[in-house]
Amino acid sequence: MAQIFPAEQARRKTGAELALADIFAAAKLPGDLRVKAVRTAAFSEFAANGLPHRRIETWKYTDLRNLMRDAKPLAPPPDATAKASAKNAGALFPQTGGRRLLFVDGAFVPQLSDLSDMPAGLEICSMAEALASGDPLTARHLGKLLPVRDPALSLNTALMGDGVVIHVAANTIIAEPLILVFVTTSGSGTATFMRSLVVVEPGAQLTLIESYEGPDKSDYQVNAAVEISVGEGSRVDHVKVTCEGSAALHVASVLAALDARAQFNDCYYTIGGSLVRNQVFVRIAGEGASASISGASLLSGKQHADSTLSIDHVAGGCQSREVFKSVLDDEARAVFQGRIKVQPHAQKTDARMMSRALLLSDTAEASSKPELEIFADDVQCGHGTTTGALDPELKFYLMARGVPEKDAEALLIQAFIGEVVDGIDHENIRDVLTEATAGWLRERK
Amino acid sequence: MTALLEIRDLQAEVAGKQILKGLTLTVNAGEVHAIMGPNGAGKSTLSYVLAGKPGYEVTGGEVLFNGVDMLSLSPDERAAAGTFLAFQYPLEIPGVATMTFLRTAMNAQRKKRGEPELSSPDLIKRVREIGDQLGMNPDMLKRPVNVGFSGGEKKRAETLQMMLLEPKLCVLDETDSGLDIDALKIVANGVNYMRSPERGMIVITHYQRLLDYIVPDVVHVLSAGKVVRTGGKELALELEATGYAQYLNEAA
Repeated sequence: MAQIFPAEQARRKTGAELALADIFAAAKLPGDLRVKAVRTAAFSEFAANGLPHRRIETWKYTDLRNLMRDAKPLAPPPDATAKASAKNAGALFPQTGGRRLLFVDGAFVPQLSDLSDMPAGLEICSMAEALASGDPLTARHLGKLLPVRDPALSLNTALMGDGVVIHVAANTIIAEPLILVFVTTSGSGTATFMRSLVVVEPGAQLTLIESYEGPDKSDYQVNAAVEISVGEGSRVDHVKVTCEGSAALHVASVLAALDARAQFNDCYYTIGGSLVRNQVFVRIAGEGASASISGASLLSGKQHADSTLSIDHVAGGCQSREVFKSVLDDEARAVFQGRIKVQPHAQKTDARMMSRALLLSDTAEASSKPELEIFADDVQCGHGTTTGALDPELKFYLMARGVPEKDAEALLIQAFIGEVVDGIDHENIRDVLTEATAGWLRERK
Repeated sequence: MTALLEIRDLQAEVAGKQILKGLTLTVNAGEVHAIMGPNGAGKSTLSYVLAGKPGYEVTGGEVLFNGVDMLSLSPDERAAAGTFLAFQYPLEIPGVATMTFLRTAMNAQRKKRGEPELSSPDLIKRVREIGDQLGMNPDMLKRPVNVGFSGGEKKRAETLQMMLLEPKLCVLDETDSGLDIDALKIVANGVNYMRSPERGMIVITHYQRLLDYIVPDVVHVLSAGKVVRTGGKELALELEATGYAQYLNEAA
């Protein structure tokens, strides 16, 4: 048999890619043979092309092959010490109320989660358990909501350890936000692969918060993915807060499928982590649905945060809005890539996208790449992007009223970020993020 | 007695071009001075130099405020020391609530002076009182600073800030521009309310009209970066009749 050597296979694999293959081969992961087959297929797909690099268009500004020097070993299940040290995780959300679920080093910890008095219509189960027990809901939806091919997602599918499966029954309104707190405790670099599935049935409502944190200076790695099914006429508010430690590498994928008249409000607040990538895939498949996706990143030092969106308008008469803002100090770098695709039958689509970067230093950098692919003829689509410094006229006006320079800058930065944060419906969450921004501004030199 | 404001032989340039060419002026507490002059005389430059705007470079002379060298202070320090510039074109600050702005400004000044901060309820009460006095719609206070305000509303908002902050020296830069006669009267009432034996004012204007409502003690004519004539309030009327042509010739 003739041997085929496609260029990519002939390429020498990087240390990280070789380590990932070893980790995958040795890992004991939950799930039956069927799940195992899914994992193997996903890993093959990943291995075919390896870690994404700058010549892969969707990863153009975040060359993971170059930036991810090694692959960390999978985090061991949390012991008593790890659990004890994770007790105060999620402190950012003290007043929000809501039901808190805690994940330590990639594993769900029911003892530290609030599972009491579950309202009717809300079902929560750990992903590891769902995979192990062959949960039918998980089998039906996991990996099937959206046709996405992405190396980070493939890697997640291959190595997914734990996470949560959430089901909200039809016409059930869950008033209290569900807060998923993911904490890494290990000071030595470990890797976690978390996968969650959220199915919100027709007419139901859910507010979901994800919060990620871990120790500073530890070069741990997090690969997280959440799939969300937003049923007909339902509404999901999703806020993801990334406060990872100073040396962490964090790649997250959010996949949302919207049915008719569904509402999806999605917000990404990024303040921590050395390298953060949030990739969001939204498929609007039912008429009259609307998606609002926003983001705020506050970065300093050499932080790098990448927000990459892909919005696919499949059905007509739908609306999508994207507003992404970044505040960049020192040598920080922000990347925004936004793609809006309007399929041939998605007439009357109304899609708008805006990205704005505020540079606080001469060495900060922002890259923005909007893409519109429109195959329907009766649509309204627009995009805009700006990059600039704080307005010196506004700063002078504030100073002329007695506000010291640093406070004047803080007020203007808070206002800049405010457009994103104020769009969140839940008042307590708005307050938490406004305070987080104030904290970031206080620490600014 | 030390003068409230003493400007001696002030020279300043903007983008390398000299605008103020040896301006001398003294304002005592209790006095209202009007500065009039043709376009390009340096009226707005003077106001920005006094407020410390970046890009307005002082190349000579000095400015003493209560005997203290004002030019060595940053804009916020000048404000805390008791100076206030009412802008010709007040800026819109999207995303900053008017009340947050007022509270931040007020308490930053008080903090710098070593005074206790004003509580939010006290501040809101005071702002509402002043707003009523100026005939402002209370909804304006709920909007971001000056955003969507008409020209008249912006000038009222400036007057409100001035009345709230109670400065010792008020510099009003072309407060009358963009105002209809009713708004002009209201703003002038606010300014007149502020007149006191402890306070000095500089009213910069191109037209005499404003001075019908804010009657000055002293009128200066500024031309080509210098005070070319000083007189009483009747000088403004004379200028209204004769125009600035003679001073332009004089300066040239």
